[in-house]
Amino acid sequence: MSDFLLATAGAILFTVAVGLVRILGGPGDADRMMAAQLIGTGGIASLLLIAAATGARGVDDVALGLAILAAFASAAFVNSGAPAEEPDPNPADDR
Amino acid sequence: MSVLQALDVGLAFLVFAVAAWTVFAPGPFAATVGYVVYGLLLSLVWIRLFAVDVALTEAAIGSGVTGVLLIGAAARLRGAETTPAEEALTGLTRLFAAGLCLLVAAALAAVVLLLSDQGPTLAPQSMERLPETGLGNPVTAVLIAFRSFDTMLEKVVLVLGVVGVWSLAADRYWGGAPGEARAERPEPTLAFFAQVLAPIGILVGVHVFWVGADEPGGAFQGGAILAAMWMIVMMARLTEAPQASAFWLRLALIAGPAVFLAAGVAGAVVAGGFFAYPPGLAKPLILFIETFMTFTIAVTLPMLVAGPPRREPRR
Amino acid sequence: MSLALDLFSIAAISAGVFFFLAGTVGLLRFPDALSRLHALTKADNLGLGLIVLGLLPRAESLLAALMLVAIWALVQLAGATAAQLIGRAVRRKGPAI
Repeated sequence: MSDFLLATAGAILFTVAVGLVRILGGPGDADRMMAAQLIGTGGIASLLLIAAATGARGVDDVALGLAILAAFASAAFVNSGAPAEEPDPNPADDR
Repeated sequence: MSVLQALDVGLAFLVFAVAAWTVFAPGPFAATVGYVVYGLLLSLVWIRLFAVDVALTEAAIGSGVTGVLLIGAAARLRGAETTPAEEALTGLTRLFAAGLCLLVAAALAAVVLLLSDQGPTLAPQSMERLPETGLGNPVTAVLIAFRSFDTMLEKVVLVLGVVGVWSLAADRYWGGAPGEARAERPEPTLAFFAQVLAPIGILVGVHVFWVGADEPGGAFQGGAILAAMWMIVMMARLTEAPQASAFWLRLALIAGPAVFLAAGVAGAVVAGGFFAYPPGLAKPLILFIETFMTFTIAVTLPMLVAGPPRREPRR
Repeated sequence: MSLALDLFSIAAISAGVFFFLAGTVGLLRFPDALSRLHALTKADNLGLGLIVLGLLPRAESLLAALMLVAIWALVQLAGATAAQLIGRAVRRKGPAI
């Protein structure tokens, strides 16, 4: 059973790798931003599977920390652009 | 080759590939994303190396704090005039950077692989003396009990970092508040996210700090998660950063190392040595010091990310 | 009983891996950034949910099982927020920012 769990963890890491190859080179910054999301979800899945297979202690807390911080990169990415509802004070930032 | 070994080899190869891509990435923002992905993959590697405390720190700092810091910096660079700098970063420069990284990595690998199996180490002695500290987590024991002076100095370095960041402000902004003002109508998605996540994150941060006495965790990891919660509330513009001249802020920044230093000096009086803990009182004292350190880290990291003051101080 | 639970775990985790694969295929094949965003956040989150479902019978205690569900719920929250934020950025600044 633990071999099966490790094999699925490897399969998920493989799909993450293939996805990364595509979107890290993708046109535009939005695609690259998705890379952080991809590795976040896939990484947590692999982490949970590896923890269940090898029985390491405290890995649940790492997965919890990763889950909490998963969207921070995207939030920073959006936050550094134009402000939300009011007109953009710095026209050079916008298109 | 067992499944576990194949997994480890695949993970190592993926980490190497992402690192190589980050060096040759087309532009600062792409390189920053590559760095965040690299940090998350490193968390997995640390778990496989049975260093769960380091994995927790890598996850909290790499994706939470450093990722936000670098993405903000990359965005600011993109708005500014970057063409002359980008012209200077030719393929030759990148190749040189890659070569330098490879050299350092090869040197490290050689040192690790050529080390004798039983090098000089204090690990057995510290495991022997672990029950005296009352802690169950050897990492925390090393950080706060056996090597405490070093840890205190690390927090002082953080405070110096904040002072350095603040000193980048224009003269008229000194003592003002960094970051954006509080928004009248904050962006709904970010506001919802911050309002739902912050209470949960605070709970998890305190849990990770408290459980660090016996399980993987500790003051730095818990403080980093708490810092991330304050950062997301500031990013959603539900609150604004405090003024650099605020007394409570400055007190919070030095609280951790100050309490640590006071405990160390008191140890010289009460327990017979600088930074010695009286036996039997070790664990409560350690947790007391760690509480203030967590608080300081939770306040310092967002101030580092918020940047230099950009508004005039209010009297 | 434990054989049935093992089979359930294997089935759920295999379905989870299938959805991860589907998400990556979507990332590779979809034409523009917004549809790739859909493939990423919806399929991958469902895959994670199925994997958590498969790991629940193997959890050491009720508390550990609840922790797994909490992790999945937080990833759902983060995925939904990230999708909205990135989608908004794409719409505001155009597809190739």
